[in-house]
Amino acid sequence: MNKTVLDLWVGVFVIAGMAALLFLALKVGSMNVVKTANSYELVAKFDNIGGLKVRAPVKSAGVVVGRVTDVQFDGENFEAIVTLRIDNRYAFPKDTLAAIMTSGLLGEQYIGLDAGGDTQTLKDKDKIFLTQSAVVLENLIGQFLYGKAQEGATE
Amino acid sequence: MLKAAIAGVGRRTIHGIWRIGFATRFFLLVLLYSGTAFRRIGLTIREIYFTGVLSLIIILVSGLFVGMVLGLQGYETLQTYGSEEALGVLVALSLVRELGPVVAALLFASRAGSAITAEIGLMKATEQLSAMEMMAVNPIARVVAPRFWAGVISMPLLAALFSAMGILGGYLVGVVLIGVDEGSFWSQMQSAVEFEQDILNGVIKSVVFGIAITAIALFEGYDAPPTAEGVSGATTRTVVTSSLAVLALDFVLTAFMFRGIS
Repeated sequence: MNKTVLDLWVGVFVIAGMAALLFLALKVGSMNVVKTANSYELVAKFDNIGGLKVRAPVKSAGVVVGRVTDVQFDGENFEAIVTLRIDNRYAFPKDTLAAIMTSGLLGEQYIGLDAGGDTQTLKDKDKIFLTQSAVVLENLIGQFLYGKAQEGATE
Repeated sequence: MLKAAIAGVGRRTIHGIWRIGFATRFFLLVLLYSGTAFRRIGLTIREIYFTGVLSLIIILVSGLFVGMVLGLQGYETLQTYGSEEALGVLVALSLVRELGPVVAALLFASRAGSAITAEIGLMKATEQLSAMEMMAVNPIARVVAPRFWAGVISMPLLAALFSAMGILGGYLVGVVLIGVDEGSFWSQMQSAVEFEQDILNGVIKSVVFGIAITAIALFEGYDAPPTAEGVSGATTRTVVTSSLAVLALDFVLTAFMFRGIS
């Protein structure tokens, strides 16, 4: 069997297709998802998680350090149990504060980790005790109106 | 009159079921004789040239234009919400998840599928297939199987090229022409598009479409009545059936893949 011009073109086609796939994988998508092998799990309880979803990012100082892997409802204490998967490279003190934040006014919700000053760090399956719930816009408006009404009453 | 109409319905139903059975047997035979497509790889490479390489131009140009239109339209809509930076996410996700595999498959069906049907239908009409059988050459192994595998190999590559060109088109319109910030265009895209969830599922879709289109095109050609009319009818049926199959399969696959995401 001889090599033909046809083979050359097919080779060009296959290489171009592979290059396109590589472009999609590396430039368009993110391959660096937090893998189970080199990450650890933390659990945090919130009174209200607002619109937080599974796969939402966990950020510290604005940098993505992990992802939300599970959201459950605790029927006994009526709280939300959120499981986070954090990259092994990052260790957080025991008194880290987990707060649910919103990027921008209408953006997606994420969990922000504020490191405390404790010398001991959180290990796999540990619980984050300090949490701050999501800000629910309706409650905020309600409080504002309530405050306004009180102002009017005292005058 | 009424009796004839009812008889016609019955005849068509039986004919349809007959065809489905024949198509299934044909598909299984193609898979059974696929060994030849890989043992004599030259045959398959030749077919990749005809189905894949010759479809490149239409795929690349359409991809570029689809991406450019997405860039323009997406910008117009996103601008209303003051989130132009999300343009990269919009273009990339819609291309990688849906438009890439589906539009590439539709173009592939009309560009390559119709050609396959016409070629095999004509081979049958001019009794080349019977001649092969006379020479103890199995036409399914020698003619059909290489074309099948060529289509299955070409389709995902074409879809990936379509998506890549589309994203490039969106980049050209969004960043170069309109002036969306380049950094946030790419970085938001990268943080939103996931490899397994989005890109891999898109590739799986295009493989399924490749199988469906080539199988339909080959069967229609093989089953075509050996007349000029028969071949032309079969070619039309290939494009119609495979386009509908692609859209229906796309719905089913999407329902399975993206259920319960975000």
